Amino acid sequence: MFSRILVSGLFAGFAAGLIAALLQLAFVQPVLLHAELYESGQLTHFGAAKAGAATAAGGIDLVRDGLSVLFTTLIYTGYALILVGAMALAEDRGFRIAVRQGLLWGTAGFVAVQFAPAVGLPPELPGSAAADMGLRQVWWFGTVGATAAGIALIAFGKGWTARGIAAALILAPHVIGAPHPETFAGPVPPELAGMFAGRALGVGLVAWALLGLLAAWFWIREGKRSEDTPRTA
Amino acid sequence: MTAQTQSRVWIPTNLVAIALCAFIGLAIVGIAGHAQTSALHDAAHDTRHAAGFPCH
Repeated sequence: MFSRILVSGLFAGFAAGLIAALLQLAFVQPVLLHAELYESGQLTHFGAAKAGAATAAGGIDLVRDGLSVLFTTLIYTGYALILVGAMALAEDRGFRIAVRQGLLWGTAGFVAVQFAPAVGLPPELPGSAAADMGLRQVWWFGTVGATAAGIALIAFGKGWTARGIAAALILAPHVIGAPHPETFAGPVPPELAGMFAGRALGVGLVAWALLGLLAAWFWIREGKRSEDTPRTA
Repeated sequence: MTAQTQSRVWIPTNLVAIALCAFIGLAIVGIAGHAQTSALHDAAHDTRHAAGFPCH
């Protein structure tokens, strides 16, 4: 069981992470680099001569982009180990996993890990005004955990009590509210911030959908392989 | 009797394996995505922003 989860998770996470990294470099990174020109003061929003320059910042920095590919792949591998672990738990409880269901698993993962936290804390550009880092991390982890538990209850729970608890879990972080700064005084134009959040979420949805499909596919494939070979442990 | 013994051993083994893998996954996401060491933060900076994690 351990090696089946580990192998499926590593392969699915690596493949989905690589695709996520390439999509990020193509669509998200240019917006981030553009925002850094405002963060560093090379461009200013309002007032100065260069204001409103809507030129795309671009270019490839091998070390910086290489590190982004490495870390995106790592993070999706982490996601994959948790996702395949959840699939294994479901199968252990008698729910069969099919490859096409992987799409649902992946979408649910996207909602829990990226979409729900983005409702309170949208993917932020460098230079955005933000509240205390520690508070935001607590809210982020709390939201991801509560949303994931809520989705699991909707998917596997029975009866209206389970659905009611699920709705409460999903709503609670947003009723409590994400930590926000007292004043919004970031130097970055809201047009860029909106585009960044939209693109980050779009790339996340594609990558998570792929991650779910690949995780289910590798999980089933590894299951067949371990049936073919005699069990040693 | 045999079936009982097998099931008693089999289910916890699965749960331990699942918990261990999920913990490894969580640790990777925590270290690569959320740890605030400055070297890690700088290296993972763009990824953290794109992933929607709180970054700085």
